[in-house]
Amino acid sequence: METAVIDLAYLASAVLFIFGLKRMQSPVTARSGNALASGGMFVAVVATLFLYDILSWPMMIAGVVLGGGIGVWLARTVEMTSMPELVAVFNGFGGLASALVAGAELGQYVEGSAIDQDPFTGVIALTVGLSILIGTVTFSGSIVANGKLSGWLSGNPTSFPGMRVVTVVLLGGAIAAIAFLILQATGAAAGSLFPSPADPVVYAAAGLAAAALLLGVFLVIPIGGADMPVVVALLNSYSGLAASATGFVLDNTALIVSGTLVGAAGLILTVIMCDAMNRSLANVMLGGFGGDGATGGPDIPEGKTVNETSPDDTAILLSYAERVIIVPGYGLAVAQAQHELREVADLLEEQGIEVKFAIHPVAGRMPGHMNVLLAEANVSYDKLYEMDEVNSEFPSTDVALVVGANDVVNPAAREDEGSPIYGMPILNVDEAQTTIVIKRSLSPGYSGVPNNLFYRDGTKMLFSDAKEAIAGIADEIKTLQEA
Amino acid sequence: MLNNIIIFVLSAFVGTEILSKVPQTLHTPLMSGANAISGITIVGALVAAGMAGGQWATWIGFGALVVATINVVGGFLVTDRMLKMFAKKERGAANVDAAQVNGRP
Repeated sequence: METAVIDLAYLASAVLFIFGLKRMQSPVTARSGNALASGGMFVAVVATLFLYDILSWPMMIAGVVLGGGIGVWLARTVEMTSMPELVAVFNGFGGLASALVAGAELGQYVEGSAIDQDPFTGVIALTVGLSILIGTVTFSGSIVANGKLSGWLSGNPTSFPGMRVVTVVLLGGAIAAIAFLILQATGAAAGSLFPSPADPVVYAAAGLAAAALLLGVFLVIPIGGADMPVVVALLNSYSGLAASATGFVLDNTALIVSGTLVGAAGLILTVIMCDAMNRSLANVMLGGFGGDGATGGPDIPEGKTVNETSPDDTAILLSYAERVIIVPGYGLAVAQAQHELREVADLLEEQGIEVKFAIHPVAGRMPGHMNVLLAEANVSYDKLYEMDEVNSEFPSTDVALVVGANDVVNPAAREDEGSPIYGMPILNVDEAQTTIVIKRSLSPGYSGVPNNLFYRDGTKMLFSDAKEAIAGIADEIKTLQEA
Repeated sequence: MLNNIIIFVLSAFVGTEILSKVPQTLHTPLMSGANAISGITIVGALVAAGMAGGQWATWIGFGALVVATINVVGGFLVTDRMLKMFAKKERGAANVDAAQVNGRP
């Protein structure tokens, strides 16, 4: 009876997660959705505390207080620009928690202290092995992703000769370790006294964890910094699958349902990001594409000219426009110019000019990142348009203002079949009457592909730091309005 | 085991169905929120840390509890912080296209 109540409580929390995620379909309801999901978590935790007799309250309280304190601190102090790094870390912790829970479960069998007294079967060995494998790969992969995002590891694709072979060998070793665990389990079940094979089991599990740790590193390290959004989304998926695998270990419905939901979320985002770059997941994972972004701009190619402009001229152009589309890229966030940009948009709207923001799916460094950065700067989300919604509007737009974006507005993706980025969906800013690009130099973007947009007749380049340039534009618009 | 596999497959369908309708604007909060939900492993960590008899299991469980709690608490809080920024502007914006923004049937 008591277990039935607890199972129902787990079911309730799974339902709350589903409702919570469903409310994420609209910015209006999303916050309440998040609250519902955290309510679901609370139900699950409370139900668990009633599940068994607590042997060690101090241990549990210490763990929750320590983890909760760190969690609150991280969530409060993180800058919105660093959100990808934080999500990477949280992914890693999720994976590590799953792997550790599976390890603790294994430890209970080895020490003979398992609560439920179930025998250590082949199925349990398999699920424990998978939990440790997926969880640990998620952990080490996420740490490397965090390093590449926050700069303590090079964002360039890193590899050494034979790395693919080593990766395959490690994967083989991990599978062998899981197979060994299953053999030990079935051997034990067949009669030999458990926990006599304890030592080999422990060694196999430790070997599995070590192989998985290296595997996670080798899977992420060859991938360029520009592809980290895909990697973070994929690791998000893994962290869910790790929780799900742990649910199989513990025979716990709440874990299976919620882990699988998260796995699906991560996978959907991964696919969206790959589509937005016109690359397959395999192509991303094999790595070697892009880097920190080339430094030092190339010279102007022969026979091409650049039209330079100034903040003042840009302000005049914007003031006499009727329809303006702003295309922000990650460079905007690097320059911390979101607030200045919003001020320009507000000033223009006061004059009755229609202003829209066009957001490419890979505009930030994780899915939807640019939207968060603009929301932080108080840009209303109904002014943010997705690529497919806004692309047909560029031909009837007077000014397209590109700030810190490069590859996602490169017409080569549409026109040059030989280009590495050919086929990638882009924002067609070149179709606007005038395109203004605010950028420090003519250097190519993450892809390393030069951008022909800069040399077009309708394009004006404003070479400057984004923050200075946009602040200058805002001042000049104000002066014009007062005049 | 079979029951668990059935639950797994059905959850995958439910998840794909619900989450593919989330707009791009909310993808970052979706990710961090989903991430907090994957901290559900905290349930297993609580059992291991507070209720197991063995030394090894308890200490590994303690480690799991700490990282899972970071994940859960940090994940939900940071998601709320982001979503608050989206909600804040909504009150003033009377011209919100309800059909476009509101995904509810």
